Amino acid sequence: MPDAKKMTDAKLKPGRWNWWYLLFLVQFVAVLWPPFYNSVEPRWIGIPFFYWYQMLWVVISALVTAVIYFATDD
Amino acid sequence: MQEVNWIALSIFVLLFGLITWLGFAAARWRRGDLDLLHEWGLGGRRFGTLITWFLVGGDVYTAYTFIAVPALAFGAGAVAFFAVPYTIVIYPFLFLVFPRLWNVCRKHGYITAGDFVRGRFGNRWLALAIALTGIVATMPYIALQLVGIQVVVGALGISGTGLGADLPLIIAFGVLAAFTYSSGLRAPASIAIVKDILIYITAFAAIIVIPIELGGFGKIFAAVPPAKLLLPVPGPNTTGAYGSYATLALGSALALFLYPHSMTGILSASSGHAIRRNAAMLPGYSFMLGLLALFGFFAIAADVGHLPEYAAGFKQFGNNFAVPALLLHSFPSWFVGIAFAAIGIGALVPAAIMSIAAANLYTRNIHREFINRNPTDRQESQNAKWVSLLVKVGALVFILFVPTQYAIQLQLLGGIWIIQTLPAVMLGVYTRWFNDWALLLGWAAGIFAGTSMAIAVNLKPAYPLALGGYTFPGYIAVYTVVLNLVIAVLLTPLFNALSAKQAPADQTAVADYFA
Repeated sequence: MPDAKKMTDAKLKPGRWNWWYLLFLVQFVAVLWPPFYNSVEPRWIGIPFFYWYQMLWVVISALVTAVIYFATDD
Repeated sequence: MQEVNWIALSIFVLLFGLITWLGFAAARWRRGDLDLLHEWGLGGRRFGTLITWFLVGGDVYTAYTFIAVPALAFGAGAVAFFAVPYTIVIYPFLFLVFPRLWNVCRKHGYITAGDFVRGRFGNRWLALAIALTGIVATMPYIALQLVGIQVVVGALGISGTGLGADLPLIIAFGVLAAFTYSSGLRAPASIAIVKDILIYITAFAAIIVIPIELGGFGKIFAAVPPAKLLLPVPGPNTTGAYGSYATLALGSALALFLYPHSMTGILSASSGHAIRRNAAMLPGYSFMLGLLALFGFFAIAADVGHLPEYAAGFKQFGNNFAVPALLLHSFPSWFVGIAFAAIGIGALVPAAIMSIAAANLYTRNIHREFINRNPTDRQESQNAKWVSLLVKVGALVFILFVPTQYAIQLQLLGGIWIIQTLPAVMLGVYTRWFNDWALLLGWAAGIFAGTSMAIAVNLKPAYPLALGGYTFPGYIAVYTVVLNLVIAVLLTPLFNALSAKQAPADQTAVADYFA
């Protein structure tokens, strides 16, 4: 009986560890290390780097999450 | 104060009337028996991906956020942008932890984080600690939503003395209390859709129109004093502003989904998949929050702080008046009406969800556990409805009679307190390894240390931790949750060895955490 339970657990895809999840670390490093982006130049349409860099990472992180969603969900 | 802006006021009142009707009509939406607590307090766990997106978005990106973040940019500059990395690093946690929590909660009929902890660790005192932390952290948060309403009502030109000045707030709260009582979570869910559409319209119109009016982003940022434009570079032997910026973002992210209102929003989703999809879709709100933070700089460039027509508003509301003044300055009255309605309604949605969440906690983890152990379904939901009313009246009284500054300080402490539930709730989703009493002592240590540190720095979020000649200024919540964890980890083997009894049974099984 315990064996049967273990087997069903292994078959259940969502919630199990998946190497794709490591991709989440990229956004942590990118936005939690201010020396990367605490500068005015290069500007983009007049906006200092500090601001457009972090806004850009909102978009990238959403895309990364979408990639992980499709890669780990059946 | 300036004259009453009749056009803006009419549109504001019209939209408020619409959502009042919607709030009551919501009782019949995806009809369920509102005498059951999970129907009233979780909308029957039937909200799909899109409704969950509106609901959680309206819930965690509150009206107060939309006023306070730009106000911080207006006053302090770059540091206000921590809200952006904060809302970036939230979503991996949402993606990984919460679908598991959702599954186990649905399987066992858990409605609150306290229910889950009670079932997982079998200790009602630990569950009580989780519930009390949630309720206490939520109360000042509800009060702050009222500040959002106060500011826009003031900006519409409505002023008075004594009770007359507070009348609009009391009316708004009466409406809120009535539809939350009758419709439960369905009311804020339906209103959130209207509110979010209004907010998006406002944000995108402003981000296009105002820079054109002000002569482009180059000119706007040139108007910002250079010292405010970037974080100050840390001196020797300290991580300076970099450390506090990053820990504020990380700590706020860890705390956010532990708040009862976020938990309620997430648990009302119809599946773990809906939650995962939302982890990719909710950054839409983060992007808007970033745009709104920039409004603080627009307000500097438009120099609204020095225009005589807004002087009274700034005097009354401080920097919180920056966004309303900017909108009044930049848009025709009819559009100001829409924008202010978005902020005002934006306060009602989270306030409703917060009061429901606090009521669920009281009903399940205090009343049912310690007062009446076998309530009928009807008694239980009735109890929650009354408590939600009580919570709102409490918040209203607080904001009417206590200076706003106290609500802000309590909300700051609330963030430090709520993060102390992380080991039991978020790690509890993954492991039953911890001893329940070790978790409780870790929690107590975190609350005590966090409160002391906050008081030591005069209720600021960052504490300058000194270690071997180096100083690490950082968010107190992060430092104290580490202390909490260390204590729980060290005491667990000790308590397990000392206790002759078997650990209390875990109600949940491994398979319960999966879809």
